[in-house]
Amino acid sequence: MKPIIWFYFPARLAWRQLVFDRTKLVAAICGVLFACVLVFMQLGFRDALYASAASAPVKLNGDLFLMHKQSEALWRPVRFKRSELMRVLGNSAVAEAYPLYLGLAPFKNIQTRTKRTLMVYGFDPDSQIFKIDAIDDKRAELRLKDTVLFDEYSRPEFGPMRQLLAADQNVTEINDYKVTVVGLFRLGVSFAADGNVVTSDLNFMRIFSRRNHEDIDLGVIKLHPGASATQVQAALRSQLNEFVNIFTYEELLSYEKDYWANTAPIGFIFGFGTVMGWVVGLVIVYQILFTDIANHRNEFATLKAMGYEQGYFVRVVFASAFFLAVLGFIPGYLLSLGLYHMAESKMYMPMPLPFGKVTTVFMFMLSMCFMAGLLAIRKLKDANPADMF
Amino acid sequence: MSTVIDVEHLNFSFGSGVLTQPVLKDVTISIEKGEIVLITGPSGSGKTTFLTIIGGLRQAFHGSVKVLDQQFINSSEQIKVKARQQIGYIFQQHNLLKSLTALQNVSMTLEINAALTERQRRERAAEMLIAVGLGDRLDYRPDQLSGGQRQRVSIARALVGQPKIILADEPTASLDKQSGHEAVNLLKQLAKESQTTILLVTHDYRILDIADRVVELEDGVIKQV
Ligand SMILES: Nc1ncnc2c1ncn2[C@@H]1O[C@H](COP(=O)(O)OP(=O)(O)OP(=O)(O)O)[C@@H](O)[C@H]1O
Ligand SMILES: [Mg+2]
Repeated sequence: MKPIIWFYFPARLAWRQLVFDRTKLVAAICGVLFACVLVFMQLGFRDALYASAASAPVKLNGDLFLMHKQSEALWRPVRFKRSELMRVLGNSAVAEAYPLYLGLAPFKNIQTRTKRTLMVYGFDPDSQIFKIDAIDDKRAELRLKDTVLFDEYSRPEFGPMRQLLAADQNVTEINDYKVTVVGLFRLGVSFAADGNVVTSDLNFMRIFSRRNHEDIDLGVIKLHPGASATQVQAALRSQLNEFVNIFTYEELLSYEKDYWANTAPIGFIFGFGTVMGWVVGLVIVYQILFTDIANHRNEFATLKAMGYEQGYFVRVVFASAFFLAVLGFIPGYLLSLGLYHMAESKMYMPMPLPFGKVTTVFMFMLSMCFMAGLLAIRKLKDANPADMF
Repeated sequence: MSTVIDVEHLNFSFGSGVLTQPVLKDVTISIEKGEIVLITGPSGSGKTTFLTIIGGLRQAFHGSVKVLDQQFINSSEQIKVKARQQIGYIFQQHNLLKSLTALQNVSMTLEINAALTERQRRERAAEMLIAVGLGDRLDYRPDQLSGGQRQRVSIARALVGQPKIILADEPTASLDKQSGHEAVNLLKQLAKESQTTILLVTHDYRILDIADRVVELEDGVIKQV
């Protein structure tokens, strides 16, 4: 049989029946749109979470990284001894090894005097362990006592730091310890921290009076040019104590990502939200297709009496499902695009909408409508042509 | 003349076991090509049931029902679907698709036929609607037409596929005397031109004059009149 007969005609009938009842069509589209936006937002938040979780390690400038095995993620590290890090210097391929100190501490908004927790990074200003020029340029200032750099991409609740600095209002408190903000840099917020501050290792110990130089959170290792990171990694692994992980740059990123995806309940929550969006959409579309078949029962029975076979009606139902998927997806996509922008500007989190995600959600909507169609075609059995006379 | 419908010793009942209710009892009738046969009879006598069996819409198990040389007794769905495509139906309710225009409704009959082009389908449907006097209503939907006009669209829909048989169940029931008569005369005239067999169930004695033969069904038993 010609494909036009096979698919075009049932699709055309489905289309004509859909557009005939505008109110129902709008309701149906809203259902798919709702599911679409729900799935888009869940996936968007999830990916933003992963992206921002890795935003701090992304900016680290190193070839290998040392972390305690019990450290689940960078924001909640288990400390280990600095001497463990220094042992790597015994390997001839290692050029430098520097510790990084991390700590969450309340930061006082200079204007409002309210406190909010942010992440404090302490590092040796002689090293270049951040791939951020603004930090490199200010290394001399950071050597001074009680100086910090502030992350401009921190949430606005910490105060408009750029304007404050311009007005020479640069003194505040971290962990109830008085510090001077001597400059800005750009890193970005994550689910773990609403803002970031970078300071020297000496200042870090002043801010966190109970911390000391010997207990470090992360070790950043730089190799001599030409050395293979994986080879050195293997060599070091046999030399170092069992309680440290030694990661390449990529491994560190995926370790962070995996934490949020698997260990933290947040990955699960968004995954669950996505599935719920799918299910809610499925129920809505199923309801619409089901009542549609019920309403067209007589018409379908009439067509059966005229010689149309069962398969034709199955195709009509699936074509309706397909049209609903497409018609709901388009406004759903546009609305999500707007919401993504809004989320970016309100939450200061990166919310990219790459083509891959768009197609993923579209496939999601298609499978949802297909499934709804599959459930609804049982209802076609009710169309019995013998009852038409 | 060739026999188009040949029914012998057809028995049919609804239900099973003690609830079995015989509706058609040993019905035997044969109808020739081009013949117009009217079936009358009291309510509940089995007229509609008979028509749905002839039309391949209801499965019967006892006797012999040959329509267009196909045996319907214990036949497969496939055979009946093929046969239905050669039969035009006119229902008591017009049963038009409410989301389609008159032209699109009539075209639905032709969309089963893969040999035609879309253009040919539209032209034939339009010609048929002009023949039933609705040339100026091609793009009206059922809810924009009167009852008589709707019934004429369904006559056009039944005829446009050039069926060998037309089955009609009380086609005039929802029409007034005038338009009922018009509709049936139209049916007769168009059918005679193409030698189409018509089997028409009616309570309406005003239209008996169009018949070549009138058959009365009483309590499931055929009586020639
Ligand atoms: N689907 C069904 N299930 C069970 N019994 C049925 C069914 N359809 C019809 N009947 C019974 O079969 C008998 C014949 O019904 P049928 O519809 O053929 O009568 P009819 O001659 O067309 O009557 P009318 O003139 O009122 O339309 C009736 O007694 C009816 O109750
Ligand atoms: Mg009846």
